[in-house]
Amino acid sequence: MRALLVLWRRELALAWSGGGGPLLACGFFLCLTTLIPLAAGGDPAALKPVAGGIAWVALAVSSILSLERLFERDLEDGALDLIALGLAPLELVVIAKAKAQWLAVGAPLALVAPLAAITLGLPPMLAPLVGLTALIGGLGFALTGALGAALALGSKRGGLLIAVVVLPLFIPPVVFGAGALERAASGLSPAPAGAFLVAWVLFAAVVAPFAGAAAIRNAQG
Amino acid sequence: MFGLANPDRFMRFTRPLTPVLWALAAGLLAVGVWLSFVAPEDYQQGDTVRIMFVHVPAASVGLMIYAALGVSSFFALVFRHPLADAAARAAALPGAAYTLLALVTGSLWGKPMWGAWWAWGDARLMSVLILFLFYVGYMALRASIDDEQKAARAAAVLGLVGLINLPIVKFSVDWWNTLHQPASLVRMGGPSMSDAFLAPLLTMMGAYGALFLALWVTAIRSEISRRRVMALRARKALEA
Repeated sequence: MRALLVLWRRELALAWSGGGGPLLACGFFLCLTTLIPLAAGGDPAALKPVAGGIAWVALAVSSILSLERLFERDLEDGALDLIALGLAPLELVVIAKAKAQWLAVGAPLALVAPLAAITLGLPPMLAPLVGLTALIGGLGFALTGALGAALALGSKRGGLLIAVVVLPLFIPPVVFGAGALERAASGLSPAPAGAFLVAWVLFAAVVAPFAGAAAIRNAQG
Repeated sequence: MFGLANPDRFMRFTRPLTPVLWALAAGLLAVGVWLSFVAPEDYQQGDTVRIMFVHVPAASVGLMIYAALGVSSFFALVFRHPLADAAARAAALPGAAYTLLALVTGSLWGKPMWGAWWAWGDARLMSVLILFLFYVGYMALRASIDDEQKAARAAAVLGLVGLINLPIVKFSVDWWNTLHQPASLVRMGGPSMSDAFLAPLLTMMGAYGALFLALWVTAIRSEISRRRVMALRARKALEA
């Protein structure tokens, strides 16, 4: 247990440090949410229906950014071997890394997302809902992203490969999250779509640790 | 399954089997195509109903191939079956091709039927598109890791994760309000299609399935031969 706490503090420190952390992800997110309206012509009537969708796509893509470094760095300098030999089970290590990723990337994005969604035309009273769904979705993105990062360990094609592997798994939360926002914007309850989002995050929470641990063992041996 | 684990035994077993499978595929395809043209016009759709005989078998066989890929991945990871990862790799490209065929022919059918080439947000279309992306991700992952053993195992993990999509694809038309037609074959109460359409449909399904089996067995055989060639080369390099 103590070993896990020590690892957790290390992961948190690494995730927040050195330019790969929250500012980078938020900056990229804001770039995307600026680029899309500029490309689409900036007509507010055209952007309003898809405001939630654009925000969610930008969330998904921004969450992929720092995944490459999640395990690769530890594999390269041998720390992953030590961690695998250590007291904490590898499955919990994957969860710890995913949680650190969530706190460093997902949570800051969840704070910035309502701002971006409102500038795209979403009604301002939906801002808390945007933040909440982005936070929940961000956890799912972090878990699934950790799975993708573990699977792509040892390949020389890092970032893009992780994106290709992980994007089919990102499609359900984007659909459900954006769907929840759209329903709320038209006055309906966002609860059903939100429930699906939570269900998907729970699925990721169960599958990602075991699959990720298996992938890490594969990459080492 | 484990009786054929020995590659030599597999090669011996499949040597007479492979031409039979190809002949079966060719024969069923010929009969299926003929039956598809001979089938009557639908009273609503007219002649465009014939796209169903290409689209539906492609979709269901594409789905079944992913199940085969998933089961092979399971055997590779859990039982370390020697031929299982060769089988999974061999299944990926045909599966992707069938799924893409289903998506394209579905789109061609959707235009006259629904007035739209594609429907974003339709559960059946989305889940089949995700299935196709899983195939692509599987092949990309497998191809991009240099060490073959590691690539095979990592891809096997991904293959297993993607299995969750199969019940979603199958039941998407029941669980969600979709534009796509609900199940008319595998449902409670039996098929709801008339025999005149059922015969060409089932024949084409058999044809696509036989074609996949022929492709699959041939690909596994060539993978085994490739491994043998590499082993021979390595031995020769050692002796030289």
